[in-house]
Amino acid sequence: MTEQEYKDICVQRFGIEIYERLKKSRVAIAGLGGLGSHIAVMLARSCVGTLHLIDFDMVDISNLNRQEYYVQHIGRPKTECLKEKLTEINPFIHILTDNVRVTKENLQELFKDETIVCEAFDRADEKAMLVNGILERLPYIRLISGSGMAGFGDANEIRTRKVFQNFYLCGDEKTDSGDGAGLMAPRVCICAGHQANQAVQLILQ
Amino acid sequence: MKVNGKESKLKESILLYDYLEQLGYRTDRIAVERNGLIVPRDNYKKCVLSDSDTLEIVHFVGGG
Repeated sequence: MTEQEYKDICVQRFGIEIYERLKKSRVAIAGLGGLGSHIAVMLARSCVGTLHLIDFDMVDISNLNRQEYYVQHIGRPKTECLKEKLTEINPFIHILTDNVRVTKENLQELFKDETIVCEAFDRADEKAMLVNGILERLPYIRLISGSGMAGFGDANEIRTRKVFQNFYLCGDEKTDSGDGAGLMAPRVCICAGHQANQAVQLILQ
Repeated sequence: MKVNGKESKLKESILLYDYLEQLGYRTDRIAVERNGLIVPRDNYKKCVLSDSDTLEIVHFVGGG
């Protein structure tokens, strides 16, 4: 498959104008677990030109129930495994990786070149740390966060809401994985789909 | 005062931090916008609320 063949198929489906805008776009994904790994796959399939993948973690057996990894990936960095997968899906995508834990000290440096960021962390306090840090220090970034996707309750309760000027929240905003409602693939993927779709909307609007 | 789209009468001025505690929020799991501007986390104990304010409080839950 050549790049021209790949482009022709995308242009056939989306039209040249939309393809060019997607191809020129860039999205950062903070956290490559159940949300982030699926967001990355969906954006790679959508012809987003550049993805910036950030996670400090290794693939673990406990990830296989909902994350885009296989047994062969166990024990390897998520950034590396996901980059390999995305390259199989779209060999012409540009991927930047940072194998680090995001902290309030390094987030400004990590995200300063971004215009769209998907927050896809697991812990509520880390979600809040990233959201506050970006909204306080990098206010030009459009931020899409995921909160509330545990269990197997009504899928239609997961929605996208514009909460602040540059801040979109996806999820049911209620179901907490710490309350005994474990994370299951369907609702996690639905939430990831909301986040990926919001990113595509922001790129194309 | 308007909080998350609903009217809520504020009888006297109060620190944002104390108000959030009264409502039962865990301040390490939220983001707050006051009159359209994000309130930096370090300012929760400095920001004094008045009845004319509009607050949006987002509370995060775990999972991802």
